[in-house]
Amino acid sequence: MEGSLNAVGYGLAAIGPAIAVGLIFAAYINGVARQPESRGLLQPIAILGFALAEALAILGFVLAFVLG
Amino acid sequence: MSPLALVASGSFEPPSAYDFWHPLVGDGPFALTRPMILIAFSVLVLAVFFLVTSNRRAMVPGKLQFAAEGVYGFVRNGVALDILGRREFRPYVPMLFTMFTLILVNNVFGIIPFIQYPTFSRIAFPIALTLIVFVVYHAIGIRRRGLGGYFKSLMPAGVPIILAPLVYLLELATYFITRPLTLALRLFANMFAGHMMLLVFALGGEYLLLHTDSVVLQAASIGSFLMFILMTFFELLVQALQAYVFVLLAAFYIAGSLEDAH
Repeated sequence: MEGSLNAVGYGLAAIGPAIAVGLIFAAYINGVARQPESRGLLQPIAILGFALAEALAILGFVLAFVLG
Repeated sequence: MSPLALVASGSFEPPSAYDFWHPLVGDGPFALTRPMILIAFSVLVLAVFFLVTSNRRAMVPGKLQFAAEGVYGFVRNGVALDILGRREFRPYVPMLFTMFTLILVNNVFGIIPFIQYPTFSRIAFPIALTLIVFVVYHAIGIRRRGLGGYFKSLMPAGVPIILAPLVYLLELATYFITRPLTLALRLFANMFAGHMMLLVFALGGEYLLLHTDSVVLQAASIGSFLMFILMTFFELLVQALQAYVFVLLAAFYIAGSLEDAH
């Protein structure tokens, strides 16, 4: 077997942001289901939270390449 | 041959970062590359599209005018007005609109047949856009409060005096390192990883179909190509979302500088 352990490390590192993104959208869906009018207000907030949580995954992705 | 043995035998070359290097004229640091041509082409497409639709505007909009106004309205109302507030959003609409359309068109280039290259999968392009955002939000803050006042305003209110130096350092790092870094890397990494994923399925399917001699493996290439098609649509979603996220965050950072107090 050949390959870079970085890929495995990045896979492990992506678990955290993955859970975070799931939680954010779960909360967003919950909010909209309870109060459909609040959708316009919640959407930018949800996307913003998604982008911030995703930043960690992105940093891991870049480091997996840089440290390779 | 089992799939693992196939990979281990080394005859299949997985895609790598070098697959993104396409010099057209010359080589080395001053080569004219494919993304350079594409970004120039995208500017041309956008300029022609919006000039034509805004010159031939009618009371009852046609399809093209409707599309152009829809995109403009989305950025103006959905991003600028919502984030920056009714009082001050106006001067920043052109910048946000230009960035949104430029990123969107260049991202969608990644899945248009025969073009198939997302410009922002080269890190220099997102860095250039991020530099503009970086300068703009700091310049607004400094112009509003003066240099000293701006650096003072980075401190959030109500922090205990013992924690203040630590919190201030973290805030400085957020404003000057984390924000521009993640803004550029997010766009770059999404385009790069997405395109790489498409390459894996396309090249893997091609290899299974044409370079193996077992019928089972050749049949498995159907699955690979199906995933390629599926992922292409997923990419379209990601590309549009990343264009939106970029301008949303840019507007959010500008809004932070516009606020009177933190």
